[in-house]
Amino acid sequence: MSKVIVVTSGKGGVGKTTTSAAFATGLASKGYKTVVIDFDVGLRNLDLIMGVERRVVYDFVNVINGESGLKQSLIKDKRVDNLYILPASQTRDKDALTAKGVESVINELKQEGFEYIVCDSPAGIEKGAFMALYFADEAIVVTNPEVSSVRDSDRILGILQSKSKKAEEGGSVKEHLLITRYSPQRVNDGEMLSVEDILDILAIPLLGVIPESEAVLQASNQGNPVILETKSTAGQAYDDVVSRFLGETIEHRFLDVEKQGFFKRLFG
Amino acid sequence: MGLFDLFRQNKKTSANKAKERLQILIAHERVNRDGPDYLPQLRHDIMQAIRKYVSIDDDQVKVQIEKGRGYDVLELNVTLPDD
Repeated sequence: MSKVIVVTSGKGGVGKTTTSAAFATGLASKGYKTVVIDFDVGLRNLDLIMGVERRVVYDFVNVINGESGLKQSLIKDKRVDNLYILPASQTRDKDALTAKGVESVINELKQEGFEYIVCDSPAGIEKGAFMALYFADEAIVVTNPEVSSVRDSDRILGILQSKSKKAEEGGSVKEHLLITRYSPQRVNDGEMLSVEDILDILAIPLLGVIPESEAVLQASNQGNPVILETKSTAGQAYDDVVSRFLGETIEHRFLDVEKQGFFKRLFG
Repeated sequence: MGLFDLFRQNKKTSANKAKERLQILIAHERVNRDGPDYLPQLRHDIMQAIRKYVSIDDDQVKVQIEKGRGYDVLELNVTLPDD
């Protein structure tokens, strides 16, 4: 059985691509045949975050238009077995993604035995974002603890609940909340919305909380999915997210301010 | 918790304000989003009916549907002009 998972948010810059890269890498590391597709036509970046930008020959739109085969367009990851990347096209033609085309690519991926198909949505609520979520079985809504991001997430949830294929057929897309760039210190100081605040407002199940971490930028600088930075808090938090998604019960970490040891308190 | 933190608890933090603003805004946006397709036409017809008797502006009539458990409430709010 394959599952289509959209990583979406409405707002830009909250960590959709970082999450898509980390999440897909995590699923593949655990042995599942996984593909991550960049839906941001015209502004592709997943290839860069995954560190495969120099290996792009064909892209998603080429496959849809029949200009290249699916197999020759997929980029096989060199670090993790079972992981493939389908880059977005750099064309400026926003109508390049058609529902029929996207559906046929997803169906072909299912036939190829992919167990997880991760769709990295562009920001906004236009065609690309709509196409990324339309065929989804499950959705990871990425939210920053910040007013505009929470509002846009609610907007996207409304679209998932009314405009997705699942919704049109009378079912529903399974929703997961992922809070990124979380700073327990600032929450403590009353400067940032807490996990509880966001859950109160959005009212969907919490999949995970990724703490603000320097490792995210350092990983993207090098084209390494941050989940592979196993010593970083963000990498560990993403690893928990993947395990939780696969059904394990794991307590949320990095939600509280680090307890300072006696010497640290004494000497600062 | 230090002594200063005790005093600070009483003060409204910016995070509290953010949550309050979001709750109000999102509740409002959800009502409009979940509203049935006939709502704009219903609003129009209600306006026409009221205008037979008093002259009112468009923004003096608010029509919205509140979702309850097992029932929906049609809320009609008309501000009549002063004579």
